[in-house]
Formats: sequence, structure tokens, C-alpha cells
Amino acid sequence: MNATVEYEPVIGLEIHVQLSTRTKMFCGCELSFGAPPNTRTCPTCLGLPGALPVVNERAIHFGIMIGLALECEIAERSLFHRKNYFYPDLPKGYQISQYDVPLCRGGRLGDVRIHRVHLEEDAAKLNHLGASGRIHGSDRSWVDFNRGGTPLVEIVSEPDIRSSDQAREWLILLRTTLRQLGVSDVDMSQGSLRCDANVSIRPAGASELGTKTELKNMNSFAFVARGIEAEIERQKRLLDAGEPVEQETLHFDPTTGNLTPLRSKEEAHDYRYFPEPDLVPVLATAEMVSAARDALPAELPAERAARFERELGLHADTARLFAFRAELGDYFEQALAAAGGNGARDGGAELEPVELSNWIGPLVERIGSDADPASSNVTPESLAALATMVKAREVSRDAAREVLTLLVQEGGDPRTIVEREGLGAISDDDGGLGELVDQAIAADPDAAEKVRAGNMKAIGPLVGYVMRETKGRADGGEITRLIRERLSN
Amino acid sequence: MLDRDQVLHVARLARLELNDEEVDRMAAELSKVLDHIEAIRELDLEGVPPTSHVIDVVNVLRADEPEPSLPRDIVLAQAPEPLNDGFGVPSPGAV
Amino acid sequence: MNELIDLTATQAAERIRAGDVDAAELFEAYRERAAADELNAFTWVAPESPTNGLPANAPLRGVPVAVKDLFCTEGVPSQAGSKILEGYRPPYTATVIAKLSDAGAPLLAKTNQDEFAMGSSNENSAFGPVLNPWDRTRVPGGSSGGSAAAVAAGLAPWAIGTDTGGSIRQPAALCGIVGLKPTYGACSRYGMIAFASSLDQAGPFTRDVTDAALLFRHMVGRDRRDSTSLDYPGEIELPRAEDLKGLRLGVPEDLTGAAGGIEPGVRENFEATIKLAEGLGASIEPCRLPHAPQALSAYYLIAPAEASANLARFDGVRYGLRVDGDKDLIRMYSRTREVGFGAEVKRRIMLGTYALSSGYYDAYYGTAQKVRTKIAEDFRSAFDRFDFIVTPTSPCVAFELGAKLDDPLAMYLNDFLAVPMSLAGIAAISIPSGLSDGLPVGFQLAGPAFSENRLLDAAHALERAIGFDGSRVRV
Repeated sequence: MNATVEYEPVIGLEIHVQLSTRTKMFCGCELSFGAPPNTRTCPTCLGLPGALPVVNERAIHFGIMIGLALECEIAERSLFHRKNYFYPDLPKGYQISQYDVPLCRGGRLGDVRIHRVHLEEDAAKLNHLGASGRIHGSDRSWVDFNRGGTPLVEIVSEPDIRSSDQAREWLILLRTTLRQLGVSDVDMSQGSLRCDANVSIRPAGASELGTKTELKNMNSFAFVARGIEAEIERQKRLLDAGEPVEQETLHFDPTTGNLTPLRSKEEAHDYRYFPEPDLVPVLATAEMVSAARDALPAELPAERAARFERELGLHADTARLFAFRAELGDYFEQALAAAGGNGARDGGAELEPVELSNWIGPLVERIGSDADPASSNVTPESLAALATMVKAREVSRDAAREVLTLLVQEGGDPRTIVEREGLGAISDDDGGLGELVDQAIAADPDAAEKVRAGNMKAIGPLVGYVMRETKGRADGGEITRLIRERLSN
Repeated sequence: MLDRDQVLHVARLARLELNDEEVDRMAAELSKVLDHIEAIRELDLEGVPPTSHVIDVVNVLRADEPEPSLPRDIVLAQAPEPLNDGFGVPSPGAV
Repeated sequence: MNELIDLTATQAAERIRAGDVDAAELFEAYRERAAADELNAFTWVAPESPTNGLPANAPLRGVPVAVKDLFCTEGVPSQAGSKILEGYRPPYTATVIAKLSDAGAPLLAKTNQDEFAMGSSNENSAFGPVLNPWDRTRVPGGSSGGSAAAVAAGLAPWAIGTDTGGSIRQPAALCGIVGLKPTYGACSRYGMIAFASSLDQAGPFTRDVTDAALLFRHMVGRDRRDSTSLDYPGEIELPRAEDLKGLRLGVPEDLTGAAGGIEPGVRENFEATIKLAEGLGASIEPCRLPHAPQALSAYYLIAPAEASANLARFDGVRYGLRVDGDKDLIRMYSRTREVGFGAEVKRRIMLGTYALSSGYYDAYYGTAQKVRTKIAEDFRSAFDRFDFIVTPTSPCVAFELGAKLDDPLAMYLNDFLAVPMSLAGIAAISIPSGLSDGLPVGFQLAGPAFSENRLLDAAHALERAIGFDGSRVRV
């Protein structure tokens, strides 16, 4: 057993995005989530004999916008192709998609490169009768063609992702970006954002790729991460046991953690792609591209991260976190604006963005990592005010954390809470702190001796004594300074 | 040049359940046709672009405006198995 | 012989406009004849005359039209000659048929055809073969055999068919009438059950060229529901030419020189017609279409490939025949299609699927599309020097029923003179040019895309000089 081999996961994602156009990709049926079955269909999206497709102009526009946002090269000329296979949710027996001349190629989002972006039509909805509602074990199914023909954009990443966490974070970034573009609802629970993953592993440092498997139908960010993680583990176990990884398609069941093969090898599809003769080529003219560019929001997440780092001095990781989770970035910038006002008003202690950013983490810890700070009881103004108070040493860091907890519970103004709870900082101005420092030194002469001798590690108990006596209201830095002063002569 | 196995493979791709006699006959007939067609592979077509579209038109696009859909009773009128306001089929997972 | 029936469509329309003829009477006369048909030309005949009035000033004045069953006609069986669509009634009407209806040409009947337009003899219909009015032991040609036989036998004043690889022109030739394959894109394909999307075109069957122009005029035009349909530049004129002065006609020896390919009687008639054309002032010279001999092979890769995809929708799920619906899904698909499709359709689906399949695409479909490019180039070059290319329409006259059923390749070879024009997407017309052994021979003129007006004019002049009279086979 090769327990000592380190494996490196190599992950690529294939994302399908339902566009929020009004009508379908190739016909004028109105898109409508939740409409009664088979009430949004026509000869074209039902695949009736003699029906023909006509391309939705807005879908092309959205496709180009996505390509620009992902820094792709927009193809001057792209074609639709037929992808041929039989399935009840595919009325024509082929899907109109794009093959070797897609709308967009190349590109990048964050630290993951994009392979291609193309347009296609969604399949219809196959519903299963039978106890579990899942395919296996049911006898009869029925098809609702309302969804069939919905415009889809397929985004394929390069296999640049190296962990399940990175996959989840990148997917969140992609979703934030697409939501800002306004091209899709990108809601995984409703199916307007769908993610498949291609997973392989290889010995760390190797350059050749291992055999990859495809994971399908993971419909939440958490499941994407868990599914990928489970598959990585499964492949590691196989390779450790000397067995090969088979190329197959797997379904991840989040309730059991099991990975089940979806298709056997002999069902491997030969899609027999050929150019769609019922449609003509799409030329992305200069007008179309500039119209798409004009429709892009002023600042996309990747640009925002760069600005946070460059202009506000945030650390790279923080900058990305705030930019890629738009709710954090929005909240932070509102707080920063409020802090600017505070600083002017108080005439002193101007809060650095980095210092303010350090308070977002503690806030998120208290409200939960999935919550939006904007919907908490802590307004951006309050957070800014609290951070400014700490900077101005009006309240100690520890006391401020208590205040934050109370703000989360009840909202309100931090100043009011500090006064009410008596959490204002103790400084040496009124001599009280100096007395407590002397008491601490007297109470622990051993520690005092070590500090006097230069051993700074021994200062902890002395600081702790004063902190306890002040119930955390004194500023730790101030205490340390006073102790050193006392013990330096 | 097309043997039984190839015929069966193509028939499966095309979802045609040919009987034995058809498979043999198809192998013979298609082989004969393909023999004749083979000749085009002798041509020098280096650098010739394939015709993917006959007419010289691009960007035929439709405004994103809704048009009336068919009423459901018409949609299902000729369904072989109407089921739950939809089209009934054997489940793909059923063996 | 019924006087009404002897009128051409143009004449009938004119007489109706003048008030001499009653449109309802005309419809009923044809309806009765169609209902009594013994040629098996029809799959559906209107049970009664249309009850809603004609659009006022409708240019076609109520002259009824027979329509190939391949066209969707709302509420009326549209079966494409196939068991898999037996009894199918579409919820919508094909654009060209709606246009004709709006122009005042009500639906008389749906005509029999080779299944899914695949065939050259109308022996591949699930509803039985159609008989040639000139000799009922012989085929009328295909795939639009029913439309051709109906017009030739005077069971309909005019009819609509489709041409993918000769399916209008060849039956027109074998039945002694006029058949036009328009420029690809001139007529909408919306509602026309697809065989080969990049080749299919709707077109008229008529007794003479003037009728063809009139019918075509009301079919043509861009349809927003068909992305491959075009704005036709200019109006379609009724032809008036009486000579061919100044026209340069090219004879493609790459095709007509084919040793053993063309029956002696047909060749003789072709030569005679050429002489006639010269007499009318045309100059005749040989022309080169170097890749035309490969057109048939390219066609029999491209058309089946597209068909294999177009026919995938016939799966027993949403409409049409379903077999073994109580078995597993793959079984249901495979049995439905096995039972529902006839032998020729299955053959072409297999050929097309193979040509597109993994490992074979480049060698077959890919190569065929390159040959297609060369053929289109050949025609463009030829049209620099010539106004029209001329050939016999069909290499043979009507053959006996059953004569070629055992040999698919022999059946395919019937198309070699028609297929090059289909691949190039250009306009081509067949007019009756005489008889050989008592059976009609057709003369084909092909012109560049959008040359229909000039083509119809030239055909009209030649038609006058030929003076073919097919009235004797009208029932």
C-alpha cells in the first residue's frame, strides 16, 4: 500500500447557466418558472415535424457579456451544431449547441482560466413517478416541455482547481460575477446555475493528468465541495490499492455521501456533431460587442478585488474575499464611507481601511458565514463607529468584542452600549491603571524579575492580572507599555 | 466493407431494432453504396473549406419578445400516453 | 372532356376574375375527380368545398391546389408517406401553404409521396405506390410522385412538391409536366417536414411554365420563422419570351457524356431539343463542371446525414406511432422506429448515421461538404460564360414498378443529373420535351441563384417551340 504518495487533485468545472431572457433560445415561448406543465410550448420547442429554430438576439447579447466579463476572446464568427442523442427530454433527438466554433474562447476569472463559453438550449424536464422521485426504481416517467429550449450558457474552466474548497470558492465568485451582470438568476436550488465537475488526481509534482471522472448534478455549493472531496478520496483509495480509476460519470448523493456510476461504458455517446443547417452563422460585430461592453457593470468582482488591494491597502486574501462575496464588499465599503464621516467629525483617529476590515471577520463569526451582514442588526455606520472608538482608544479591543456581540443581538449605537455597560477604556490618564500595574508587579515578583531581566514572555501573567482587575476594559497595549516602563529601570 | 457488427453498432446509435435478415441485407446494400461513394475520397480537396451553409447570410436573429404558446390540450392531443399533464414514457432507469 | 378541367390554372383564374367561371364549381369538379382517383395519387381529399369565402381580390381566385403530404396542414392528415405519422394532424400550417391559401388557392388534397421524400419512384410510400398516368404499370417518379401524377392526369390544376435531389424535377419529367426547383432559400421551409435541411425546397408542379411562374410568385418570400429563407430580389414575372436570342446554353459533358448513363431515347430527345433551342437563337456549347460526377456521392452522404438527425424526433414520445410502450425506453424507441419506418428510410438513416459517426465524419460527411464547395464553384464559373446549363432531367423514362426496388444503388443513380443543382442551391426547371417509346422525356434548364425570371422566360420560349401536349392522359 502506497501510503506515502502525496496526490494532487486536478479539477475542472463545467457550469450551465440559464439566461434570464424573456423567451426561449430558439422560439418565442415565454419563460416562466412554475407555469403549469406543457403550457409554454410550441411546434419548435416540442420538436414537431416541420418546425424550425430562430436564434434569440438577447441570448447572444448575454453570451457576449459573459465572455467579456470572463476576459474571453469573442469569436468573430461562431456556429451552432447539432449534438445527436436520444432521450425523452430532448424532443428533436438532438440538442442545438455549439461545438468547435463556440462564441467565446480562453479567458480567466480569478485564478482559474476559462477554456470556452458557448450557447445551447436546455432540455425539458423529465419527472419520475415512484416513491423516491429519483430515476432508479421508478416505472413510468413523464415529460414537461416548458423548460425545454431555455437559453443556456455553458462555461468550461481549465483544470486549474486544486481542492474542493477552491472549487466552491471559485463557483461563488462566478455566481457573484454573473449575478452582477444581470444575465441570470444563478440560483442553484432552482436550477438556473448547475455545476458538473471533472476530477482526477496525480502524484504531486507530476505533469501528466490522471484519468478523470465526471460528477454531475451537484445542486448547492456545499454539495459541490463535498462531492468533489468524496471523489478525490475515492480515487486515492483506488490508486493506493493499485487499481486504476475508470473513466465514468458519477452521481453524488449528499445524504449518503455515495458516488454511483450514472452511465456504463457501452452507453458512451457518439454525438455525431455537425453544423446546424437550419441556422446561419453568428457574427459578433463591433456593434454587438460594444453594446455588450456598455452593458457590463462598472466594476466586476475581479476588478473590485484589485482595487481593494491597490487603493485601500487590503491584504490580497481579504481583498478577494470581500470582492468575491459581494455582500461583504458592499457592507465594507458602506462602513468605510461612514468611517470617513466619523473621522472628520471626531477630528482625530482616522480609521485605515485595513483596520476597519479586521472587524468584518468578527462580525461574520457572530452572524454566521452564510448570512448577509446587511440584514443583521449591525449597521455599517455602527461597525465603523466601533472600529473608530477602538482606534481612538476609547474602548479596548476586548471590550469592543463584547460590544459587537451586543450590537448583533440588539442593534443600536455602540457609544450607547459602551456607556450603558460601563465598558469605556481605562487609561493611565486618571492614574488608576498605573496603580493596578503596580499591584500586578507586587503580586507576582517572579514574573516581574524575568521581565526586568529581559524575558518578555513572562509579561503575560502581569498583563492578565490587570485585564482581570479592569474586566477587560483597559487596552492591552497600554497595560504592556506601563509594565515595561515600570520594570525598565 | 460494412460487417454485421458495424451495422448493429450503427443501428443502436440510430435506435433501429433491425431483425437478422435486415442486418444482413443492410450490410450488403450499404457496402455497395459506400463502395460507390468511396471515389470522393480520392479527390484532392486539400485546403477546400467544407460548405456548412448554402446561403450567404449571417445573424438572422429574433427579438426577445414573447409569442403565444400552444394550448396544452392541443399539445397533448396526439400524445401516445398522456400522463400528469405531460407525455408518459417508460422510465430511463427501468430495465 | 370537361372544359373546366382543360383550363390551365392561369386561364381558370382569369375566367373566374372575369366572372365566366365559378370558383366553387371549379373546386367541386376537381374534388370529384380526385376522390375517384385510381392512380393512388392522394392520401387525403377535401371532403367538401371550402365554406369560408375567398379573400377579396385574392390573385389566385380560388383555383385549388394539391399539396404533397410532407407539408403540415393544420387539422388535416400530414403523414409524409410514412406509417410512423399515420393519422398525424399538425396544430399548424406550413408557411408556403398558408401563403397560397391567403392568395386564394384553397387546399384540394394531400398527395402521396415516397416516405419522408426519400425515393425516385414513389414506391416507398407506406400508403402504396402511385401509378404513372402515361402507363399504369410504371412509376411516376419520386419523391413527389403523387403531385406529379395528379397534375398530369388532370386531377388537380396544379400542385406543390418538394425537391431535395430531384424530387420535383424528375417526376415532372416522367409525367410530362413542368416542375421547378427554386433557388435554395427562396421559399420558406417552416412546416415542411424535413428530410435534408440544406437541400429541401418547395416548388410548383404545373401543366405549363406560365402556371409555374404564377404559383411560384405566391410561394416565394422570406419567413421570419425560417432562418434560412431569403428575401427574393424583385417580383416574379409571368414569362413572355418567344425566342432564346442571345442566350448562351452550356451542356455539361461531365454529366451528359456519362457512358451508359443516359438511355438512347432520352439522349436523342435531348439532342433534338438542343437543336430546337439553337433554332430559337440560343448558342450551345459544351461546358465543364469537373466535380459534377462526384455530386451523387456527396449527396448520398449529406442528405442521409441530415435526415438521420431530422428523423430522430420520430421516437414515439410526443406524437405518431408508438410500439412497445410498455417495454424499456430503448426498446420502445427501437421498435417504434423499426416498425414505423420503411426500408428506404431505414437505409438512409443508417447511411447518414454512419457518415457522421466517430471516426468516419472526416472521411465521409466532411469530405462530401468539401465536394459540395467545389460543385458550387464549378457552377459559378460556368455561369460566367453561360446563361443556363442544360441537361436531360432524368437519364431514363418512367421505368416499371418494381424494376429497381432490389437495387438501391441503381435507384440512386436516377438522380445524377438533378443532384448537382441541389447541392449548389441554384434554380432549375424541368419542362416536357417530347416522348420516347411513348413515355415523356424532360429537359432541364439550370440557372444561377435568383435567376427564376430569366429561367422561366427561357423555358416558356422553348415550351412554345416544343409544343408538347399531355392532355391525352388527363382522366
